Amino acid sequence: MNIHEFQAKDILRAEGVPIPPGEVATSAEQVEAIAKKIGGMVVVKAQVHTGGRGKAGGVKLAKTPAEAKEIASKILGMQINGLTVHQVLVTAAADIATEAYVGIILDRKSRAPVFMVSPAGGIDIEEVAEKTPEKIMKLPIDTRYGLTSYQANELGFFLFDDVKKVRAVSKIMMALYSAFMKHDASLAEINPLVVTPAGEILALDAKFSVDDNALDRHPEIVQLRDETAEEPSEVDARNANLTFIKLDGNVGCVVNGAGLAMATMDLVKYYGGEPANFLDIGGSSNPEKVVNALRIITGDPSVKVILFNIFGGITRTDDVANGIVTATKANPLKIPIVIRLTGTNEEIAMKILTDNGFSASSDMDEAVQKAVALAKGGKAA
Amino acid sequence: MSIFIDSSTTVIVQGITGRDGGFHSKQMLEYGTKIVGGVTPGKGGQKFEDKVPVFNTVHDAVAATGANTSVIYVPPMFAADAMMEAADAGIKFIVCITEGVPVLDMTKVYPFVKEKGARLLGPNCPGLITPGESKVGIIPGRICTPGSIGVVSRSGTLTYEVVYQLTRAGMGQSTCVGIGGDPINGTNFIDCLAAFEKDPKTKAVAMMGEIGGTDEQEAAEFVQKHMKKPVVGFIAGQTAPPGRRMGHAGAIISGSAGTAAEKIEAFERAGMGVAKRPMDFVELLRARM
Repeated sequence: MNIHEFQAKDILRAEGVPIPPGEVATSAEQVEAIAKKIGGMVVVKAQVHTGGRGKAGGVKLAKTPAEAKEIASKILGMQINGLTVHQVLVTAAADIATEAYVGIILDRKSRAPVFMVSPAGGIDIEEVAEKTPEKIMKLPIDTRYGLTSYQANELGFFLFDDVKKVRAVSKIMMALYSAFMKHDASLAEINPLVVTPAGEILALDAKFSVDDNALDRHPEIVQLRDETAEEPSEVDARNANLTFIKLDGNVGCVVNGAGLAMATMDLVKYYGGEPANFLDIGGSSNPEKVVNALRIITGDPSVKVILFNIFGGITRTDDVANGIVTATKANPLKIPIVIRLTGTNEEIAMKILTDNGFSASSDMDEAVQKAVALAKGGKAA
Repeated sequence: MSIFIDSSTTVIVQGITGRDGGFHSKQMLEYGTKIVGGVTPGKGGQKFEDKVPVFNTVHDAVAATGANTSVIYVPPMFAADAMMEAADAGIKFIVCITEGVPVLDMTKVYPFVKEKGARLLGPNCPGLITPGESKVGIIPGRICTPGSIGVVSRSGTLTYEVVYQLTRAGMGQSTCVGIGGDPINGTNFIDCLAAFEKDPKTKAVAMMGEIGGTDEQEAAEFVQKHMKKPVVGFIAGQTAPPGRRMGHAGAIISGSAGTAAEKIEAFERAGMGVAKRPMDFVELLRARM
C-alpha cells in the first residue's frame, strides 16, 4: 500500500528525521493560511500516488501567501498521470547546496531490506543505477540484528567526508530504518536529502510503501488509505476481498488464482483480444465472491463479454456455478458470458449451469477464443 | 525416484485441527501420504480422524514420531513462528502453505531455517506432489499421474492447469513443486532445477514463472550452464501493467525490471523451449524428449 508524501513525512518526523514544517490542504484558501503561518518561501506539492509530479507542474515554489493561493488553485483538480489532485502539501522552502539519496527497499535477491545511498540525489535513482552504478552503495541488513552503528557509519562516509555530516546522516538512516521496521515497509525513501548552505541536513521528499501482507497488524497505516486516490471499482473489490486491477480492454475475466488469472489475460491477448481486468477470486469456495465479482465487472461499461476460468482445487466449481446462477437471477446479464470450469465437483457444476440455461466448457483455450470472438461482436464458434 | 518427497516421507501437520489444515490433512491421508502427527497447541493428546496423534509442540511431535517433514496451515501472523519452530525441532523439510505472511517476517525466518540445515518450501505455495507416492500440501492428486516430467512453478492453479494438460496427453510427472508467489521464499527455481537434473527419473522439466524479480533469468542461466535435461518455460503476466501487484506479492514489475519480455528473452538465450500458451508445454516437451 502506498501512502502520500505528507503521511510518509509524518511517519519519518516521528522517528526524528529532520523535515521542514508543512501542512496538507484541500483548498486554495487553506493553502494561503498555511503559507502565512509558515512565513517566507513555501513549496506547494500535489499529493498523488504517482511519480513525475514536478514535470507535470504539480510542484511549485511560492514567494508570498497570495502566490501560494494562486498556484494551489491551479494544482488542485489538476490531472497527473490520470489521477486527480485532491490535496496539496504546503511546506517551507529550503536552500539547497547538495542533494543525496537515501532509501531502503525490500530486496528479493538478498532476502533482506537493502540500504541504497547515493551522493547523486534529487533525480531518478533507477537512472543513476543504470548509468553510474558506482555512485550507489548498497548494503543488505540482517533484520535479526538491525542496522548497526558501523553500517550506518559506512553508509554515511559514502555520502560525505565531513564527520559532522556523517554523524547527522547516520542518525537519519537509523531513524529511517526504525520507521521501515516498525511499519512493515517494503520501501522507504528520502529523495532528495539535502544539505543547506548553512550545513543543515533535511529530508525534502519522502516515499513510503507498506507490505500489503502486514496491514492486518498496522491499523495506523490502514487508516491512512486515501480511497479518493484509487480506482472506485478497485476499492469496491478490496472491500469484497477480491484482488482486482482494472485494465483498458473489453473482456472481463473472473479467475481463481493469481498465476492462472495472469495466464488467462495473456491468452486473451494471444487470441487478439484485450483483457478488461485482472481478477482473482482466490482459493476459498464462496458463492458470494462470484456475485461480487460479477457486479464489479459488469459495472464497467466497456466490458463486452465475461469470461470465467476456474480450475477447481480448493475452489469447488459447484460453488462458482451457484454464484453465477444467483448473481444473474438477481441482475440479469446484458452481455454474453463464457464459462470454463474443471476440477473439484465439475459434474455437479456442469449440471447446475445447464439446468439454468448456461453452457460451459472444460477447455481453457476454447473458452478464451470464444470470449474474444464475442467481444469483437462476432458469433461464438 | 523423485525430488524432496517420496513414499518414505513422514509428515506432521502444523495446524491440523484448523479448517484448512483439517481438510487438506484428510486429502493427504487419502492420497497415501504418511502423516504421522499433527500439532495444535492445547490439543495435545487428541486424535485427528481417530488415528493421527496431535501434539502441543513440534518438538513433542518429532520426539514421538521421528517425522522428517512438516506442512504448515496456520494463519499468516503466526506462520513465521511455526516455520522457526519446525526448524528448531529438527524438521529437515518445511512446507508453508499459508498465504499473506508479512515479507519482513521472512527476512528473519529464512536465515534461521538455513542455519538449522533445513529446506523451506513457500510460503504462499501449493506444496508438492510425487504422483503415486506422496503429496504434501494442496495440489489435487487426481490431476497428476506418475511419469518423468519434473514440474516447478511460482503459481498454484496455473500449475494445475499445466499438469492437467500433461496428464491428459499421457505425460506423467516425477514431482510437481509449487515454490510460491511471495518475493522472499525458501526454495527457488534453481534449487528445484538442480534437484531435477540429479533425479534419474526426471527426463525433462516444465517451468512456470511470472513477472517480478529476476529468479527466472537466473534460472535460465543455470539451465544453460548446468543442465543436460531439456527445460521448457512459460511466463505469466505478459499483459500485466507495471507497478501493480498482480495478486501474488512477488508479481510486480518495478520500473523496467521483472517484465515478461526480459524473462522470455532469457529463456530463449538459454536455449530453452518457450511455451506461449499453457497448452504448448505438451508439444514442446515431447519434441525435446
